Amino acid sequence: MELLIDGLKKAIEMIFSGDPEVFAITWLTLRVCLISILISTLIGLPLGLFLGLTSFKGRRLLLLFINIGMGLPPVVAGLWITMFLWRSGPLGDFSLLFTPTAIIMAQILVSLPIVTSLTCSAFQQIDDKLLLQIKALGATRVQSLIILLKQSKIAIMAAIMAGFGRVIAEVGAAMMVGGNIQGDTRILTTSIVMEVSKGNFDIALALSFILLTAALLITAALTFLQQRKRFS
Amino acid sequence: MLKKRYFAALFAFMLLILSACGNTQTKEADAKTKKVEPKAAPTEMILATTTSTQDSGLLDVLIPMFEKENNVKVKTIAVGTGQALEMGTKGEADVLLVHAPAAEKAVVDAGDAINYKRVMYNDFVLVGPKENPAGVSGDDIQAAFKKLAETKSIFISRGDDSGTDKKEKAIWTLLNIKPAGEWYVSTGQGMGQTLQVAAEKKGYVLTDRATWLAQSKNLSDMQIVVEGGKDLMNIYHVMQVNPEKHDKINSKDAKKFVEFMIDPKTQDVIENFGKKEYGQSLFIKYTE
Repeated sequence: MELLIDGLKKAIEMIFSGDPEVFAITWLTLRVCLISILISTLIGLPLGLFLGLTSFKGRRLLLLFINIGMGLPPVVAGLWITMFLWRSGPLGDFSLLFTPTAIIMAQILVSLPIVTSLTCSAFQQIDDKLLLQIKALGATRVQSLIILLKQSKIAIMAAIMAGFGRVIAEVGAAMMVGGNIQGDTRILTTSIVMEVSKGNFDIALALSFILLTAALLITAALTFLQQRKRFS
Repeated sequence: MLKKRYFAALFAFMLLILSACGNTQTKEADAKTKKVEPKAAPTEMILATTTSTQDSGLLDVLIPMFEKENNVKVKTIAVGTGQALEMGTKGEADVLLVHAPAAEKAVVDAGDAINYKRVMYNDFVLVGPKENPAGVSGDDIQAAFKKLAETKSIFISRGDDSGTDKKEKAIWTLLNIKPAGEWYVSTGQGMGQTLQVAAEKKGYVLTDRATWLAQSKNLSDMQIVVEGGKDLMNIYHVMQVNPEKHDKINSKDAKKFVEFMIDPKTQDVIENFGKKEYGQSLFIKYTE
Protein backbone atom coordinates (compact mmCIF):
# COMPACT_ATOMS: atom_id res chain seq x y z
CA MET A 1 0.00 0.00 0.00
CA GLU A 2 2.89 2.28 0.79
CA LEU A 3 4.11 1.63 -2.74
CA LEU A 4 0.79 2.84 -4.13
CA ILE A 5 1.12 6.17 -2.38
CA ASP A 6 4.76 6.44 -3.43
CA GLY A 7 3.71 5.75 -7.00
CA LEU A 8 1.03 8.41 -6.88
CA LYS A 9 3.50 10.92 -5.45
CA LYS A 10 6.01 10.03 -8.12
CA ALA A 11 3.36 10.41 -10.85
CA ILE A 12 2.49 13.90 -9.65
CA GLU A 13 6.17 14.71 -9.43
CA MET A 14 6.75 13.43 -12.98
CA ILE A 15 3.85 15.40 -14.40
CA PHE A 16 4.77 18.66 -12.73
CA SER A 17 8.52 18.47 -13.14
CA GLY A 18 7.87 18.21 -16.88
CA ASP A 19 10.21 15.26 -17.38
CA PRO A 20 10.66 15.41 -21.17
CA GLU A 21 10.84 11.65 -21.58
CA VAL A 22 7.62 10.97 -19.68
CA PHE A 23 5.98 13.76 -21.62
CA ALA A 24 7.18 12.33 -24.93
CA ILE A 25 5.98 8.83 -24.02
CA THR A 26 2.56 10.10 -22.96
CA TRP A 27 2.27 12.24 -26.05
CA LEU A 28 3.17 9.35 -28.32
CA THR A 29 0.64 7.13 -26.55
CA LEU A 30 -2.14 9.63 -27.07
CA ARG A 31 -1.15 10.30 -30.65
CA VAL A 32 -0.98 6.63 -31.57
CA CYS A 33 -4.26 5.77 -29.82
CA LEU A 34 -6.21 8.72 -31.19
CA ILE A 35 -5.00 8.20 -34.74
CA SER A 36 -5.88 4.52 -34.64
CA ILE A 37 -9.33 5.07 -33.17
CA LEU A 38 -9.96 7.87 -35.68
CA ILE A 39 -9.09 5.59 -38.59
CA SER A 40 -11.09 2.74 -37.05
CA THR A 41 -14.08 5.07 -36.77
CA LEU A 42 -13.72 6.39 -40.30
CA ILE A 43 -13.76 2.83 -41.64
CA GLY A 44 -15.93 1.13 -39.03
CA LEU A 45 -18.78 3.64 -38.93
CA PRO A 46 -19.71 3.45 -42.65
CA LEU A 47 -19.09 -0.28 -42.65
CA GLY A 48 -21.28 -0.83 -39.59
CA LEU A 49 -23.95 1.44 -41.05
CA PHE A 50 -23.92 -0.55 -44.26
CA LEU A 51 -24.05 -3.89 -42.47
CA GLY A 52 -26.76 -2.71 -40.12
CA LEU A 53 -29.12 -1.31 -42.74
CA THR A 54 -28.76 -3.67 -45.64
CA SER A 55 -29.22 -7.34 -46.16
CA PHE A 56 -27.30 -9.36 -48.68
CA LYS A 57 -26.00 -12.86 -49.08
CA GLY A 58 -23.08 -13.60 -46.80
CA ARG A 59 -23.90 -10.69 -44.49
CA ARG A 60 -24.29 -12.94 -41.47
CA LEU A 61 -21.04 -14.72 -42.18
CA LEU A 62 -19.22 -11.40 -42.52
CA LEU A 63 -20.78 -10.24 -39.27
CA LEU A 64 -19.68 -13.45 -37.59
CA PHE A 65 -16.07 -12.79 -38.57
CA ILE A 66 -16.28 -9.22 -37.35
CA ASN A 67 -17.72 -10.40 -34.04
CA ILE A 68 -14.93 -12.93 -33.67
CA GLY A 69 -12.54 -10.08 -34.43
CA MET A 70 -13.81 -8.28 -31.34
CA GLY A 71 -12.07 -10.91 -29.28
CA LEU A 72 -8.91 -10.97 -31.38
CA PRO A 73 -6.06 -11.13 -28.87
CA PRO A 74 -3.65 -8.22 -29.45
CA VAL A 75 -0.65 -10.54 -29.46
CA VAL A 76 -2.19 -12.47 -32.34
CA ALA A 77 -2.76 -9.23 -34.21
CA GLY A 78 0.82 -8.25 -33.39
CA LEU A 79 2.21 -11.54 -34.62
CA TRP A 80 0.43 -11.33 -37.96
CA ILE A 81 1.45 -7.74 -38.52
CA THR A 82 5.05 -8.58 -37.57
CA MET A 83 5.13 -11.29 -40.22
CA PHE A 84 3.84 -8.92 -42.87
CA LEU A 85 6.26 -6.15 -41.93
CA TRP A 86 9.42 -8.25 -41.65
CA ARG A 87 12.20 -7.27 -44.00
CA SER A 88 11.63 -10.61 -45.66
CA GLY A 89 7.83 -10.21 -45.52
CA PRO A 90 5.48 -8.86 -48.20
CA LEU A 91 5.61 -5.29 -46.87
CA GLY A 92 9.28 -5.39 -45.91
CA ASP A 93 10.27 -2.72 -48.41
CA PHE A 94 8.53 -0.03 -46.41
CA SER A 95 10.58 -0.83 -43.27
CA LEU A 96 7.62 -0.19 -41.00
CA LEU A 97 8.42 -2.73 -38.29
CA PHE A 98 9.43 -1.09 -35.01
CA THR A 99 7.81 2.23 -35.94
CA PRO A 100 4.77 4.01 -34.45
CA THR A 101 2.98 3.29 -37.74
CA ALA A 102 3.25 -0.42 -37.02
CA ILE A 103 1.63 0.11 -33.62
CA ILE A 104 -1.18 2.09 -35.23
CA MET A 105 -1.74 -0.75 -37.72
CA ALA A 106 -2.00 -3.29 -34.91
CA GLN A 107 -4.35 -1.08 -32.93
CA ILE A 108 -6.61 -0.56 -35.92
CA LEU A 109 -6.74 -4.30 -36.39
CA VAL A 110 -7.96 -4.85 -32.82
CA SER A 111 -10.33 -1.87 -32.58
CA LEU A 112 -11.94 -1.88 -36.03
CA PRO A 113 -14.07 -4.99 -35.35
CA ILE A 114 -15.35 -3.46 -32.11
CA VAL A 115 -16.35 -0.17 -33.72
CA THR A 116 -17.87 -1.92 -36.74
CA SER A 117 -19.83 -4.51 -34.83
CA LEU A 118 -21.24 -2.13 -32.21
CA THR A 119 -22.16 0.43 -34.89
CA CYS A 120 -23.85 -2.30 -36.87
CA SER A 121 -26.01 -3.34 -33.93
CA ALA A 122 -26.90 0.29 -33.31
CA PHE A 123 -28.25 0.72 -36.82
CA GLN A 124 -29.91 -2.63 -36.88
CA GLN A 125 -31.89 -1.69 -33.81
CA ILE A 126 -33.51 1.27 -35.52
CA ASP A 127 -37.22 0.74 -35.82
CA ASP A 128 -38.40 -0.19 -39.30
CA LYS A 129 -41.31 2.17 -38.83
CA LEU A 130 -38.94 5.07 -38.46
CA LEU A 131 -37.22 4.17 -41.70
CA LEU A 132 -40.63 4.06 -43.38
CA GLN A 133 -41.64 7.34 -41.89
CA ILE A 134 -38.46 9.03 -43.05
CA LYS A 135 -39.10 7.76 -46.52
CA ALA A 136 -42.74 8.78 -46.41
CA LEU A 137 -41.83 12.33 -45.43
CA GLY A 138 -39.74 12.50 -48.55
CA ALA A 139 -36.32 12.90 -47.02
CA THR A 140 -33.36 12.84 -49.36
CA ARG A 141 -30.67 10.21 -48.83
CA VAL A 142 -28.40 12.65 -47.05
CA GLN A 143 -31.23 13.86 -44.86
CA SER A 144 -32.23 10.37 -43.83
CA LEU A 145 -28.61 9.50 -43.13
CA ILE A 146 -28.31 12.47 -40.80
CA ILE A 147 -31.49 11.50 -38.98
CA LEU A 148 -30.23 7.94 -38.56
CA LEU A 149 -26.84 9.11 -37.32
CA LYS A 150 -28.56 11.34 -34.79
CA GLN A 151 -30.78 8.49 -33.71
CA SER A 152 -27.82 6.22 -33.05
CA LYS A 153 -25.45 8.85 -31.73
CA ILE A 154 -25.28 7.47 -28.21
CA ALA A 155 -24.58 3.94 -29.41
CA ILE A 156 -21.99 5.13 -31.93
CA MET A 157 -20.15 7.09 -29.28
CA ALA A 158 -20.25 4.03 -27.05
CA ALA A 159 -18.70 2.03 -29.90
CA ILE A 160 -15.92 4.59 -30.26
CA MET A 161 -15.29 4.57 -26.51
CA ALA A 162 -15.12 0.79 -26.44
CA GLY A 163 -12.63 0.87 -29.31
CA PHE A 164 -10.59 3.54 -27.59
CA GLY A 165 -10.53 1.51 -24.40
CA ARG A 166 -9.15 -1.38 -26.36
CA VAL A 167 -6.31 0.58 -27.97
CA ILE A 168 -5.18 2.47 -24.90
CA ALA A 169 -5.09 -0.72 -22.84
CA GLU A 170 -3.24 -2.66 -25.50
CA VAL A 171 0.31 -3.78 -24.77
CA GLY A 172 1.08 -7.15 -26.38
CA ALA A 173 0.93 -5.99 -29.97
CA ALA A 174 2.62 -2.67 -29.27
CA MET A 175 5.50 -4.52 -27.66
CA MET A 176 5.82 -6.92 -30.56
CA VAL A 177 5.50 -4.59 -33.54
CA GLY A 178 6.84 -1.49 -31.83
CA GLY A 179 9.72 -3.03 -29.93
CA ASN A 180 9.51 -0.55 -27.02
CA ILE A 181 12.33 1.55 -28.51
CA GLN A 182 13.31 4.51 -26.39
CA GLY A 183 12.29 7.82 -27.91
CA ASP A 184 10.63 6.09 -30.83
CA THR A 185 8.02 3.46 -30.08
CA ARG A 186 7.96 3.42 -26.29
CA ILE A 187 4.40 4.03 -25.16
CA LEU A 188 2.96 4.08 -21.65
CA THR A 189 1.86 0.45 -21.54
CA THR A 190 5.14 -0.93 -22.88
CA SER A 191 7.19 1.24 -20.54
CA ILE A 192 5.14 -0.05 -17.62
CA VAL A 193 6.01 -3.62 -18.61
CA MET A 194 9.67 -2.67 -18.94
CA GLU A 195 9.86 -0.82 -15.63
CA VAL A 196 8.28 -3.79 -13.87
CA SER A 197 10.87 -6.12 -15.35
CA LYS A 198 13.56 -3.69 -14.23
CA GLY A 199 12.10 -3.87 -10.73
CA ASN A 200 11.19 -0.17 -10.69
CA PHE A 201 7.69 -0.63 -9.30
CA ASP A 202 7.40 2.98 -8.21
CA ILE A 203 8.05 4.29 -11.73
CA ALA A 204 5.73 1.65 -13.20
CA LEU A 205 2.99 2.71 -10.81
CA ALA A 206 3.57 6.37 -11.57
CA LEU A 207 3.27 5.66 -15.29
CA SER A 208 0.08 3.71 -14.65
CA PHE A 209 -1.44 6.73 -12.94
CA ILE A 210 -0.49 8.89 -15.91
CA LEU A 211 -2.04 6.35 -18.27
CA LEU A 212 -5.24 6.22 -16.23
CA THR A 213 -5.43 10.01 -16.15
CA ALA A 214 -5.04 10.23 -19.91
CA ALA A 215 -7.67 7.54 -20.45
CA LEU A 216 -9.98 9.28 -18.02
CA LEU A 217 -9.67 12.68 -19.70
CA ILE A 218 -10.33 11.34 -23.17
CA THR A 219 -13.18 9.08 -22.12
CA ALA A 220 -14.68 12.00 -20.22
CA ALA A 221 -14.52 14.15 -23.34
CA LEU A 222 -16.17 11.42 -25.38
CA THR A 223 -18.82 10.85 -22.73
CA PHE A 224 -19.55 14.55 -22.70
CA LEU A 225 -20.01 14.50 -26.47
CA GLN A 226 -22.25 11.48 -26.12
CA GLN A 227 -24.47 12.92 -23.42
CA ARG A 228 -24.57 16.49 -24.76
CA LYS A 229 -28.16 16.38 -25.87
CA ARG A 230 -29.31 15.86 -22.30
CA PHE A 231 -27.86 19.16 -21.17
CA SER A 232 -29.20 21.42 -23.91
CA MET B 1 -29.42 23.57 -34.06
CA LEU B 2 -28.56 20.40 -32.24
CA LYS B 3 -27.23 18.82 -35.39
CA LYS B 4 -24.98 21.79 -35.99
CA ARG B 5 -23.55 21.65 -32.51
CA TYR B 6 -22.90 17.96 -32.75
CA PHE B 7 -21.00 18.32 -35.95
CA ALA B 8 -19.09 21.24 -34.58
CA ALA B 9 -18.01 19.11 -31.66
CA LEU B 10 -16.99 16.24 -33.91
CA PHE B 11 -15.12 18.64 -36.13
CA ALA B 12 -13.31 20.09 -33.14
CA PHE B 13 -12.33 16.60 -32.05
CA MET B 14 -10.84 15.81 -35.44
CA LEU B 15 -9.07 19.14 -35.52
CA LEU B 16 -7.57 18.35 -32.15
CA ILE B 17 -6.20 15.07 -33.46
CA LEU B 18 -4.89 16.64 -36.63
CA SER B 19 -3.21 19.42 -34.75
CA ALA B 20 -1.75 16.78 -32.45
CA CYS B 21 -0.15 15.09 -35.44
CA GLY B 22 1.10 18.34 -36.88
CA ASN B 23 2.52 19.56 -33.63
CA THR B 24 4.85 16.68 -33.01
CA GLN B 25 6.16 16.77 -36.51
CA THR B 26 7.32 20.32 -36.10
CA LYS B 27 8.65 19.46 -32.69
CA GLU B 28 10.61 16.56 -34.09
CA ALA B 29 11.92 18.80 -36.83
CA ASP B 30 12.94 21.36 -34.21
CA ALA B 31 14.76 18.75 -32.21
CA LYS B 32 16.52 17.50 -35.30
CA THR B 33 17.74 20.90 -36.40
CA LYS B 34 18.95 21.58 -32.90
CA LYS B 35 20.81 18.31 -32.44
CA VAL B 36 22.54 17.55 -35.70
CA GLU B 37 23.07 20.83 -37.46
CA PRO B 38 23.84 20.44 -41.14
CA LYS B 39 24.49 16.69 -40.96
CA ALA B 40 22.54 14.23 -43.03
CA ALA B 41 19.58 12.42 -41.51
CA PRO B 42 20.81 9.60 -39.28
CA THR B 43 20.75 6.09 -40.67
CA GLU B 44 18.81 3.43 -38.80
CA MET B 45 20.25 0.26 -37.35
CA ILE B 46 18.41 -2.51 -35.53
CA LEU B 47 20.19 -4.02 -32.53
CA ALA B 48 18.69 -7.23 -31.22
CA THR B 49 19.91 -7.93 -27.72
CA THR B 50 19.05 -9.61 -24.47
CA THR B 51 16.91 -8.19 -21.72
CA SER B 52 19.81 -8.10 -19.25
CA THR B 53 21.68 -5.41 -21.19
CA GLN B 54 18.59 -3.23 -21.22
CA ASP B 55 17.18 -3.99 -17.78
CA SER B 56 20.55 -3.33 -16.13
CA GLY B 57 20.70 0.07 -17.82
CA LEU B 58 23.99 -0.57 -19.64
CA LEU B 59 22.53 0.21 -23.05
CA ASP B 60 21.19 3.54 -21.83
CA VAL B 61 24.83 4.54 -21.45
CA LEU B 62 26.37 2.89 -24.50
CA ILE B 63 23.76 3.53 -27.19
CA PRO B 64 23.69 7.35 -26.90
CA MET B 65 27.52 7.32 -27.10
CA PHE B 66 27.45 5.29 -30.28
CA GLU B 67 24.60 7.28 -31.81
CA LYS B 68 26.38 10.55 -31.22
CA GLU B 69 29.70 9.40 -32.64
CA ASN B 70 28.28 7.90 -35.79
CA ASN B 71 25.06 9.77 -36.58
CA VAL B 72 23.05 6.57 -36.33
CA LYS B 73 19.63 5.93 -34.85
CA VAL B 74 19.84 2.61 -33.03
CA LYS B 75 16.60 0.70 -32.65
CA THR B 76 17.17 -1.53 -29.67
CA ILE B 77 14.96 -4.60 -29.48
CA ALA B 78 15.49 -6.25 -26.10
CA VAL B 79 14.29 -9.84 -26.19
CA GLY B 80 15.60 -13.20 -25.03
CA THR B 81 18.83 -14.40 -26.60
CA GLY B 82 16.93 -17.13 -28.48
CA GLN B 83 14.66 -14.60 -30.15
CA ALA B 84 17.53 -12.19 -30.80
CA LEU B 85 19.50 -14.91 -32.59
CA GLU B 86 16.39 -15.87 -34.54
CA MET B 87 16.03 -12.26 -35.66
CA GLY B 88 19.63 -12.54 -36.88
CA THR B 89 19.02 -15.73 -38.84
CA LYS B 90 15.96 -14.16 -40.43
CA GLY B 91 17.84 -10.99 -41.31
CA GLU B 92 15.44 -8.86 -39.23
CA ALA B 93 18.25 -7.23 -37.26
CA ASP B 94 21.57 -5.69 -38.28
CA VAL B 95 23.66 -6.45 -35.24
CA LEU B 96 23.31 -8.80 -32.26
CA LEU B 97 24.57 -8.55 -28.68
CA VAL B 98 23.81 -11.84 -26.94
CA HIS B 99 25.07 -14.33 -24.39
CA ALA B 100 24.68 -17.98 -25.36
CA PRO B 101 28.01 -19.06 -26.93
CA ALA B 102 26.87 -22.52 -28.03
CA ALA B 103 23.77 -21.23 -29.81
CA GLU B 104 25.75 -18.31 -31.22
CA LYS B 105 28.29 -20.66 -32.74
CA ALA B 106 25.55 -22.38 -34.74
CA VAL B 107 24.42 -19.04 -36.16
CA VAL B 108 27.99 -18.06 -37.07
CA ASP B 109 28.69 -21.47 -38.62
CA ALA B 110 25.53 -21.23 -40.70
CA GLY B 111 26.93 -18.02 -42.14
CA ASP B 112 24.10 -15.85 -40.83
CA ALA B 113 26.40 -13.80 -38.61
CA ILE B 114 29.91 -12.51 -39.26
CA ASN B 115 32.48 -10.41 -37.45
CA TYR B 116 31.89 -12.34 -34.22
CA LYS B 117 33.63 -10.71 -31.24
CA ARG B 118 33.77 -11.31 -27.53
CA VAL B 119 32.77 -8.22 -25.57
CA MET B 120 32.32 -8.74 -21.86
CA TYR B 121 31.26 -11.15 -19.20
CA ASN B 122 29.54 -11.26 -15.91
CA ASP B 123 28.45 -14.37 -14.09
CA PHE B 124 25.39 -16.37 -13.30
CA VAL B 125 24.43 -16.83 -9.68
CA LEU B 126 21.97 -19.14 -8.01
CA VAL B 127 19.56 -17.13 -5.92
CA GLY B 128 17.30 -18.66 -3.30
CA PRO B 129 15.21 -17.82 -0.24
CA LYS B 130 17.10 -16.54 2.80
CA GLU B 131 16.07 -19.61 4.82
CA ASN B 132 17.75 -21.77 2.14
CA PRO B 133 15.61 -24.90 2.77
CA ALA B 134 17.68 -27.05 0.41
CA GLY B 135 20.88 -26.00 2.16
CA VAL B 136 22.87 -25.39 -1.04
CA SER B 137 25.99 -23.23 -0.97
CA GLY B 138 29.51 -22.89 -2.29
CA ASP B 139 30.57 -22.52 -5.90
CA ASP B 140 29.61 -25.89 -7.39
CA ILE B 141 26.49 -25.26 -9.43
CA GLN B 142 26.16 -28.87 -10.59
CA ALA B 143 26.14 -30.19 -7.04
CA ALA B 144 23.62 -27.53 -6.09
CA PHE B 145 21.29 -28.38 -9.00
CA LYS B 146 21.53 -32.06 -8.13
CA LYS B 147 20.58 -31.37 -4.56
CA LEU B 148 17.66 -29.17 -5.61
CA ALA B 149 16.34 -31.95 -7.83
CA GLU B 150 16.78 -34.57 -5.12
CA THR B 151 15.04 -32.52 -2.46
CA LYS B 152 12.45 -31.35 -5.02
CA SER B 153 12.99 -27.78 -3.89
CA ILE B 154 10.97 -25.24 -5.83
CA PHE B 155 12.96 -24.12 -8.85
CA ILE B 156 11.86 -21.25 -11.07
CA SER B 157 13.00 -21.47 -14.66
CA ARG B 158 12.83 -18.76 -17.32
CA GLY B 159 11.68 -21.31 -19.88
CA ASP B 160 11.92 -18.69 -22.64
CA ASP B 161 14.97 -19.93 -24.55
CA SER B 162 16.98 -16.93 -23.38
CA GLY B 163 20.71 -17.08 -22.69
CA THR B 164 20.08 -17.71 -19.01
CA ASP B 165 17.52 -20.38 -19.82
CA LYS B 166 19.93 -22.08 -22.21
CA LYS B 167 22.59 -22.04 -19.50
CA GLU B 168 20.23 -23.59 -16.95
CA LYS B 169 19.09 -26.28 -19.38
CA ALA B 170 22.73 -27.06 -20.20
CA ILE B 171 23.46 -27.72 -16.53
CA TRP B 172 20.47 -30.08 -16.22
CA THR B 173 21.63 -31.88 -19.38
CA LEU B 174 25.14 -32.26 -17.96
CA LEU B 175 23.64 -33.84 -14.86
CA ASN B 176 21.40 -36.07 -16.96
CA ILE B 177 18.39 -34.82 -15.05
CA LYS B 178 15.13 -33.97 -16.78
CA PRO B 179 13.59 -31.46 -14.39
CA ALA B 180 9.85 -31.93 -14.22
CA GLY B 181 7.13 -32.07 -11.64
CA GLU B 182 5.45 -29.67 -9.35
CA TRP B 183 8.69 -28.28 -7.96
CA TYR B 184 9.91 -27.12 -11.38
CA VAL B 185 8.15 -23.92 -12.43
CA SER B 186 8.63 -22.42 -15.88
CA THR B 187 7.59 -18.77 -16.17
CA GLY B 188 8.31 -18.05 -19.83
CA GLN B 189 9.09 -14.48 -18.84
CA GLY B 190 12.05 -12.15 -18.57
CA MET B 191 14.66 -12.28 -15.80
CA GLY B 192 13.10 -9.53 -13.72
CA GLN B 193 9.65 -11.10 -13.62
CA THR B 194 11.11 -14.55 -13.06
CA LEU B 195 13.03 -13.29 -10.02
CA GLN B 196 9.82 -11.85 -8.64
CA VAL B 197 8.03 -15.15 -9.16
CA ALA B 198 10.88 -16.89 -7.34
CA ALA B 199 10.56 -14.51 -4.41
CA GLU B 200 6.80 -15.05 -4.21
CA LYS B 201 7.08 -18.81 -4.38
CA LYS B 202 10.22 -18.98 -2.24
CA GLY B 203 12.06 -20.84 -4.96
CA TYR B 204 15.56 -21.07 -6.33
CA VAL B 205 16.45 -19.37 -9.59
CA LEU B 206 19.47 -19.03 -11.84
CA THR B 207 20.05 -15.41 -12.83
CA ASP B 208 22.73 -13.19 -14.27
CA ARG B 209 24.39 -11.05 -11.65
CA ALA B 210 23.53 -7.74 -13.32
CA THR B 211 19.78 -8.29 -13.18
CA TRP B 212 20.04 -9.65 -9.63
CA LEU B 213 21.89 -6.55 -8.43
CA ALA B 214 19.43 -4.26 -10.15
CA GLN B 215 16.46 -6.15 -8.65
CA SER B 216 17.74 -7.07 -5.21
CA LYS B 217 16.26 -3.92 -3.67
CA ASN B 218 12.80 -5.45 -4.24
CA LEU B 219 13.78 -8.95 -3.16
CA SER B 220 14.71 -8.65 0.48
CA ASP B 221 13.82 -12.29 1.22
CA MET B 222 16.24 -13.63 -1.36
CA GLN B 223 19.99 -14.06 -1.36
CA ILE B 224 22.78 -15.48 -3.51
CA VAL B 225 23.40 -19.09 -2.47
CA VAL B 226 25.84 -20.34 -5.10
CA GLU B 227 28.31 -18.19 -7.01
CA GLY B 228 31.83 -18.02 -8.39
CA GLY B 229 32.13 -21.42 -10.10
CA LYS B 230 34.02 -21.55 -13.38
CA ASP B 231 31.06 -22.86 -15.32
CA LEU B 232 28.94 -19.94 -14.17
CA MET B 233 30.69 -17.50 -16.47
CA ASN B 234 28.27 -15.54 -18.65
CA ILE B 235 29.97 -14.34 -21.82
CA TYR B 236 28.51 -11.73 -24.17
CA HIS B 237 29.37 -11.58 -27.85
CA VAL B 238 28.60 -9.02 -30.49
CA MET B 239 28.22 -9.90 -34.17
CA GLN B 240 26.83 -8.40 -37.33
CA VAL B 241 24.26 -10.08 -39.51
CA ASN B 242 25.72 -11.26 -42.81
CA PRO B 243 24.65 -8.75 -45.49
CA GLU B 244 25.47 -11.23 -48.22
CA LYS B 245 22.88 -13.66 -46.93
CA HIS B 246 20.06 -11.25 -46.21
CA ASP B 247 18.55 -8.19 -47.87
CA LYS B 248 18.30 -4.68 -46.46
CA ILE B 249 20.98 -5.16 -43.82
CA ASN B 250 22.68 -2.00 -42.61
CA SER B 251 26.14 -3.55 -42.52
CA LYS B 252 28.03 -0.27 -42.50
CA ASP B 253 26.72 0.79 -39.12
CA ALA B 254 26.64 -2.77 -37.82
CA LYS B 255 30.37 -3.06 -38.50
CA LYS B 256 30.94 0.24 -36.71
CA PHE B 257 28.93 -1.03 -33.76
CA VAL B 258 31.05 -4.17 -33.44
CA GLU B 259 34.19 -2.03 -33.54
CA PHE B 260 32.66 0.35 -31.03
CA MET B 261 31.88 -2.43 -28.56
CA ILE B 262 35.45 -3.78 -28.55
CA ASP B 263 37.06 -0.35 -28.54
CA PRO B 264 39.21 0.11 -25.39
CA LYS B 265 37.35 3.29 -24.53
CA THR B 266 33.96 1.57 -24.63
CA GLN B 267 35.38 -1.38 -22.72
CA ASP B 268 36.32 0.95 -19.87
CA VAL B 269 32.84 2.44 -19.86
CA ILE B 270 31.41 -1.08 -19.61
CA GLU B 271 33.65 -1.99 -16.69
CA ASN B 272 32.87 1.19 -14.80
CA PHE B 273 29.14 0.90 -15.33
CA GLY B 274 27.21 0.36 -12.11
CA LYS B 275 30.26 0.63 -9.85
CA LYS B 276 28.95 3.71 -8.16
CA GLU B 277 25.48 2.32 -7.51
CA TYR B 278 26.28 -1.28 -6.63
CA GLY B 279 29.91 -1.08 -5.51
CA GLN B 280 30.92 -3.57 -8.17
CA SER B 281 31.01 -3.87 -11.93
CA LEU B 282 27.90 -5.36 -13.49
CA PHE B 283 29.85 -6.36 -16.59
CA ILE B 284 33.57 -6.94 -16.92
CA LYS B 285 35.49 -6.15 -20.08
CA TYR B 286 36.57 -9.27 -21.87
CA THR B 287 37.46 -8.71 -25.48
CA GLU B 288 40.00 -10.71 -27.41
